[in-house]
Amino acid sequence: MALVNSVRKIGHRVIEAIWRIGYATHFFVLILLNSGSSFRRFRLTVKELFFTGVMSLIIILVAGLFVGVVLGLQGYEILKRYGSESALGTLVALSLLRELGPVLAALLFAGRAGSAMTAEIGLMKASEQLAAMDMMAVSPIARVVAPRFWAGVISMPILATIFSVMGVFGGYLVGVVYIGVDEGSFWSQMQGSVEFQHDVMNGVFKSFIFGIAVTVISLFEGFDAPPTAEGVSRATTRTVVQSSLIILLLDVVLTALMFRGN
Amino acid sequence: MERTTWDLWVGAFVVAGVAALAILAFKVGNLSTYNASESYTLKANFTNIGGLKTTASVRSAGVLIGRVIEIKLNPQRYEAEVTLSIDKRYQFPKDSLISILTSGLLGEQYLGLKPGADDDMLKNGDAIKQSRSALVLEDLIGQVVASKAEGAK
Repeated sequence: MALVNSVRKIGHRVIEAIWRIGYATHFFVLILLNSGSSFRRFRLTVKELFFTGVMSLIIILVAGLFVGVVLGLQGYEILKRYGSESALGTLVALSLLRELGPVLAALLFAGRAGSAMTAEIGLMKASEQLAAMDMMAVSPIARVVAPRFWAGVISMPILATIFSVMGVFGGYLVGVVYIGVDEGSFWSQMQGSVEFQHDVMNGVFKSFIFGIAVTVISLFEGFDAPPTAEGVSRATTRTVVQSSLIILLLDVVLTALMFRGN
Repeated sequence: MERTTWDLWVGAFVVAGVAALAILAFKVGNLSTYNASESYTLKANFTNIGGLKTTASVRSAGVLIGRVIEIKLNPQRYEAEVTLSIDKRYQFPKDSLISILTSGLLGEQYLGLKPGADDDMLKNGDAIKQSRSALVLEDLIGQVVASKAEGAK
């Protein structure tokens, strides 16, 4: 009996998970269909851009600087063994542009802005504001969800590029100013190996995809949260966990597609 | 429709993003040193390209003048056929010599173009006749070992 019950439980979980995936896809399509108003009434999107994008700037700037500083220190330690300290610029810039910039910015974004979105929408649902909008024939997806989605999708690539720039600056501070790597070779080796199309634009594209994933997950979890205090808190936790995992998974897939080592 | 401070902040945010992209393009990236839009292509054949890869740089007198855009094996001659994209500002004589060089002992491989003395210039799609293949370290070691063995007899 215990065996049957556990099998039943597993089956229930699997079906539930598939159900949620389908519901989330449905939700994503609804957002896209209802996004007309977030551009016609761009004011709504601007307001959300302020809360998701501008308010995340500080953490992105500081984190980017720290990551660049650490990359500079660690990279120098390793490159020194091979006598190629001048390649420090290349190492810092490529690792930031291709991986660390988009991925870390997206992880921070999920923690900073994604969780806030989930909690906000979950509370709106718990206090029946979304239901009230529906009663007034105002689509909550068009009025509340879609502007937040577009704000997230627009701000994610911007935040990731700013993160990369701050990281390169941090690497420059440590490498050139503090350790004393030759400034000319730092920049010229960097410029010699960074391809605009291949490295910069691929990184921007990655962060764009991450932006879609994080905002859809955050909004969906908020929209789907049980309308209780506990439900909202669980949904917020799930947002951070799931977005982080999805970001890393998507990064594996995108990296495999973009940089196949040829 | 009135202006709010949100608009100001969001505007500054977007400007910062565009500025960051411009820094990545011109200070970190290579957009300032090499412009792919004004270029012509040349071809070169090598018996062995070693570790040359696409996007490897093409240099003349150490100056970056272009990039490798395609590498494939010529099935008739069993030679590597390399297609280069060269900046239009630089023209080279027909009898120029192209060779595969290595930056540093273990660095990445690149192409060096040494100008010849011909009056005619290479045009778009032309093949460079004179080429020198990559130095393959294993072949060199093999030669040294073989000559040592000869000497020991």
